Amino acid sequence: MNHELNAIIAIAARDVTKLLRDRMRIVFSFMFPFIFIGILGQSLQANVASSLGFNILLFTFVGVLAQTLFQSTASGLISLVTDRDSDFAQELFVAPISRYTILTGKILGESLVSSLLIISILFLGVIMRIPIDWFRLFLILPAGFIACLLGGAFGVLIMSNLSGTQSAQQVFPFVIFPQFFLAGVFNPITKLPPVLYILSRIAPMTYAVDFLRGLYYLGKPEYSKIVLHSPLFNLFIISILFVLYLVLGTYLLVSREKNR
Amino acid sequence: MANVIEVSRLIKRYKNSPDPSVNNVSFAVGSGEFFSLLGPNGAGKTTTISILTTTLSKTSGLVKIAGLDIDRQSSAVRQKIGIIFQNPSLDPNLTAEENVRFHAALYDLYPYRPFYSLMPTDYKNQVTHLTSIIGLTASDLSKPVKALSGGMKRKLEIVRSLMHQPQILFLDEPTSGLDPLSRKNLWDYLTQIRKSNGTTIFLTTHYLEEAENSDTVCIIKSGKIVALGSPGQNKKNFAGRHTTLESAYLKIIQDTN
Repeated sequence: MNHELNAIIAIAARDVTKLLRDRMRIVFSFMFPFIFIGILGQSLQANVASSLGFNILLFTFVGVLAQTLFQSTASGLISLVTDRDSDFAQELFVAPISRYTILTGKILGESLVSSLLIISILFLGVIMRIPIDWFRLFLILPAGFIACLLGGAFGVLIMSNLSGTQSAQQVFPFVIFPQFFLAGVFNPITKLPPVLYILSRIAPMTYAVDFLRGLYYLGKPEYSKIVLHSPLFNLFIISILFVLYLVLGTYLLVSREKNR
Repeated sequence: MANVIEVSRLIKRYKNSPDPSVNNVSFAVGSGEFFSLLGPNGAGKTTTISILTTTLSKTSGLVKIAGLDIDRQSSAVRQKIGIIFQNPSLDPNLTAEENVRFHAALYDLYPYRPFYSLMPTDYKNQVTHLTSIIGLTASDLSKPVKALSGGMKRKLEIVRSLMHQPQILFLDEPTSGLDPLSRKNLWDYLTQIRKSNGTTIFLTTHYLEEAENSDTVCIIKSGKIVALGSPGQNKKNFAGRHTTLESAYLKIIQDTN
């Protein structure tokens, strides 16, 4: 097996092993989806769905799915900062592998972790009897991996600028939470004032959420009310952002690590 | 004896720092040698070792490890070295054996498998052999790292760092925080490794008795070398009446104030 590939698999497997032994993280993976879908989604469905002309609970469900895949992977990459604080990162950075290998392994590992964590969201969809087209949803779930990759690359860029766990805990909510609203996770954003429109198109989560929604609602009557861009366009933007974030983030990370 | 570490006019100035932490340092370490780098806190020991192990860039100078340039051939350099860091670098979320297995994959010694039972027989034999030398049992290997004592963790780190049979082993204050018995056991093991494998040892330590058996002692202060030679030479040059390296060291440091 190729050396770099062997290292990528080992790094990814470590992240999955950590998740399976972290019961609190698994429990907490139910919390935010319950708040967003169970409380916020149901409230919006009861109060504004009729004026919107589509099921906003289902809209929120798909949005939260994409958001979880993106955010969970991003926060997993930022955990490299914690590794650095606990000095385990030394073992990674003195190994005879490239920095791209380390980050690719982390992105792959955290993407797998995110993919496992969405089981809680699917379970919530069942118990809340959300009118999901399950066949279509399972068809597009592999595409959710693309949302993970974008989240991971975004996490690399953010992490490369953080000095420690404390700054990660302060900065991460600030860069993630506004994106929930700018990306339209649970609020329609087909019409926005100019400033919010620009901010929304800068937020990478927008493309991840719209990509999954575009695939889910493709061919359905509410497509034009919900989806911003075609799935192909979103995929194109996601690809560019992925390469940009990963290359820039890796460069900044290596510079920061070595050029102290 | 060919030199495996060559340092020539090494300078490191940290960002926003007016003075260099390592200031025009030059030395060489022969193959199989035991080299100790001593100095007070803030002297530049950890900075020097960080540069030699490719985790920190230098400001200027030339550094070669096993004939390889650390800037242009850093990946090849990392294949030749093993490192015991000042702070423990084990993953507390994994078991002892999983930490070793992870290292084996990073160094491409064996293909990674998710379970120990799936690993190649050669891997299992190597792990059993190495861990038996340091007194780790099969039960210890399956324990989470956080359940191991400080001494056991250090030994595990050494076992891990020797899996890929490095030419040079860098030890940055390896016995810091260990009790005297653990320190003795660790050094007995390192001495055995050095004899059997011919591994070059590069040590930084505050326990000067650990450096008594060195081939060469280099004393650094405020980023500059103030003494370089065998322990006997250092004792003779700086404090003829003194019989321990520690007392010679203290004399050197005080004289250079």
